[in-house]
Amino acid sequence: MIPELGHFALILALLLAALLGTLPILGAHRGIPAWMALARPLAGGQFLFIAFAFGCLVYSFVNNDFSVLNVATNSNSQLPLQYRVAASWGSHEGSMLLWVFMLGAWACAVALKSRHLPDEMVARVLGVMGLVALGFLLFLLLTSNPFDRMFPPAADGRDLNPLLQDPGMVFHPPLLYMGYVGFSVAFSFAIAALLGGRLDATWARWSRPWTTLAWSFLTCGIMLGSGWAYYELGWGGWWFWDPVENASFMPWLIGTALIHSLAVTEKRGTFKAWTVLLAICAFSLSLLGTFLVRSGVLTSVHAFATDPRRGVFILAFLALVIGGSLVLFALRAPKVGGGGRFEPVSRESMLLGNNVLLIAAAGSVLLGTLYPLFLDALNLGKISVGPPYFDTVFVPLMTPLVFLMGVGPLARWKEATLPDLWQRLRWALAVSVATALALPFATGKWSPGVSFGLLLAAWIVATTVVNIRERGRGVRGGVVAQLARQPSSYWGMIVAHLGIATFIVGVTMVKGYETERDVRMSVGDTVTVGSFTLRFDGTSEATGPNYRAARGAFDVSRGGEHYTTLFPEKRVYNAGGMPMTEAAISNRVTGDLYVSLGEPVDGGAWSVRVYDKPFVTWIWGGCLLMALGGVLALSDRRYRIAFRRAAGVAGGAAARG
Amino acid sequence: MKARHRRFVWIGAGVVVLAAAAALVLNAFQSNLVFFFSPTDVVENRAPQGRAFRIGGLVEEKSLTRAADGLTVRFNVTDTAKTIPVVYTGILPDLFKEGKGVVAQGKIGPDGVFRATEVLAKHDENYMPPEAAAAIGQANSRAAMDKAAKTLKQ
Repeated sequence: MIPELGHFALILALLLAALLGTLPILGAHRGIPAWMALARPLAGGQFLFIAFAFGCLVYSFVNNDFSVLNVATNSNSQLPLQYRVAASWGSHEGSMLLWVFMLGAWACAVALKSRHLPDEMVARVLGVMGLVALGFLLFLLLTSNPFDRMFPPAADGRDLNPLLQDPGMVFHPPLLYMGYVGFSVAFSFAIAALLGGRLDATWARWSRPWTTLAWSFLTCGIMLGSGWAYYELGWGGWWFWDPVENASFMPWLIGTALIHSLAVTEKRGTFKAWTVLLAICAFSLSLLGTFLVRSGVLTSVHAFATDPRRGVFILAFLALVIGGSLVLFALRAPKVGGGGRFEPVSRESMLLGNNVLLIAAAGSVLLGTLYPLFLDALNLGKISVGPPYFDTVFVPLMTPLVFLMGVGPLARWKEATLPDLWQRLRWALAVSVATALALPFATGKWSPGVSFGLLLAAWIVATTVVNIRERGRGVRGGVVAQLARQPSSYWGMIVAHLGIATFIVGVTMVKGYETERDVRMSVGDTVTVGSFTLRFDGTSEATGPNYRAARGAFDVSRGGEHYTTLFPEKRVYNAGGMPMTEAAISNRVTGDLYVSLGEPVDGGAWSVRVYDKPFVTWIWGGCLLMALGGVLALSDRRYRIAFRRAAGVAGGAAARG
Repeated sequence: MKARHRRFVWIGAGVVVLAAAAALVLNAFQSNLVFFFSPTDVVENRAPQGRAFRIGGLVEEKSLTRAADGLTVRFNVTDTAKTIPVVYTGILPDLFKEGKGVVAQGKIGPDGVFRATEVLAKHDENYMPPEAAAAIGQANSRAAMDKAAKTLKQ
């Protein structure tokens, strides 16, 4: 009964989405207030029904209803409760329902938090979101119904893929989808602006917090995915340039360009058409990512069973959304008009440089991701593009970006002069060069790669210090009082940029100093990595809720003294008999010690992977700082003040009308 | 600077940046493409010498042997028509099994042994890497065609 209720709720949500996608937009076009006023209640209703359907699915999973095909293939009665809940989005159908659920939630949030916006704008924004929801609900109901029954019911489920039985599964997909789908808000604002022909600084101010929020979620989602792959897949890499990772990374790159270009549109009124185009691109790439991951065209952890109908549906939807919005853009953008002029050396030009570089980066990722698919589709042979390609391309593209990141925030809007910037930044340059040359000697052996990476990180930190010092120079009060007066969006930028520096340090140190050793170890054997010595003390039997494991014991010592004991596991899951490696990691701020069991070889010996990963946690720490910067920027007073002012104007207009 | 000049500066700078990026990207792209060949392709010398490529197929039953160091393994990869020996030093992925699909990346040696630098994991037991599936599919259809040709000759 419950699954049928869920199915029915989805159909009702589809009907509401169809209404939401038509009436308010038509109302805004024709000027019918009653139709426009429908937008908010329809968005709310749509969300309620989707949420209800989602609840039904979770209920079926939690209660082991193996008469539902989706539950029978992706869960098992032995599965612990938290993973039964997470298994709701472990399948193709479930994850698409999660996608739609997020979309409904964002639309509902926009409906609730848009009191200050003119009714026409709200009607158009929610209408566009309704159209997107309509497409995805149709996709769910026509090709991927998560509530399909099977007869006769299975006695027990086939189990969730053991790789997914991890806390990462509970948090990574929802956060990532929050980010992915969040760009639909920026997209809807852009389309609404094109439809209404109203594109100005106020528009940028409205869509900016939503974009920043989505970007922060996406950053967290990618970070969690990377961390999860690091400890779960058992070979200690944190980024593989896997097509699925790229699928989430491309919207992130464009999203990063978008939040910078929105800043210019809001502050200076320029880059308007460009910003709209970026908003369209960011969401299009989110859709493309969904297509790549969900259609089964890719080989990866995320690929599910292939159903050609699904791929065709998403591809058609993708063509419709991207094609439609680009046509609208081509028709309307020329009317938007340019903004204020600026000189080749100015903050605007540097932010433009930031945008161009980020787009070039996204483009090169796109090429590396899609080219093999094209060749395959055209039957021209199978190829793959390896990580070396992405590494070679990214370093030269990111270097000027990091340089601009130091200079840009200090440059004046409209016109800056090089001598002035040189004057203000020469010390920062000197300090960062000195640090980059000297620091590698302190951490180990000097190498050009490490020195270069540290140069980039030190440059960001040094220019940030200059920036804060200059801001702190005030007339009234002390430095502290002056800094306290800075808006939180300023601090958001500072924190996010320092996050990049932290990230770069992590990447540089791991690339420069990691030691990886694959060894055969008998009981009592020792191996040394970095400053640690590990002794293998043999394995013992261990049992978990739904698996049996061989658990190895490794005594770790440093300088002759006991440091810790690590217990990596080799698990075999009861339901599918699938083996799984569970690495054991000792975390420190300055690096990780990583041990995983390979396979048993003769006489109680095992092949073992031992890694020393200096500063690897800084990679994720940096991502966290970036996301935190986004959240700080959101809390800026400016948005609330602007909201009230806009509400006042709208109220006044209504009174006059 | 006049507005027109300024526009030229912008366009010029844009073109330079784009050209540099494109040159960089395409160059890196060219040198990092990894092609895929089936065991039959390799046996018939269609695979490149001295350049890394990928092979795929099934791990032949009872072909897995382990050297004394515990880390070097030898196995045969087959597309059911032809077979090539592979040697790999390192830890195999969890789901590496005889009789199951596999994809390996590496170079072919002068002795005809494929020296793998990477053996790719699949993430689900019932899942066959598409490359491996394609190799077997090709071999099967070739076998079918050979059979048909033979029947015609008779």
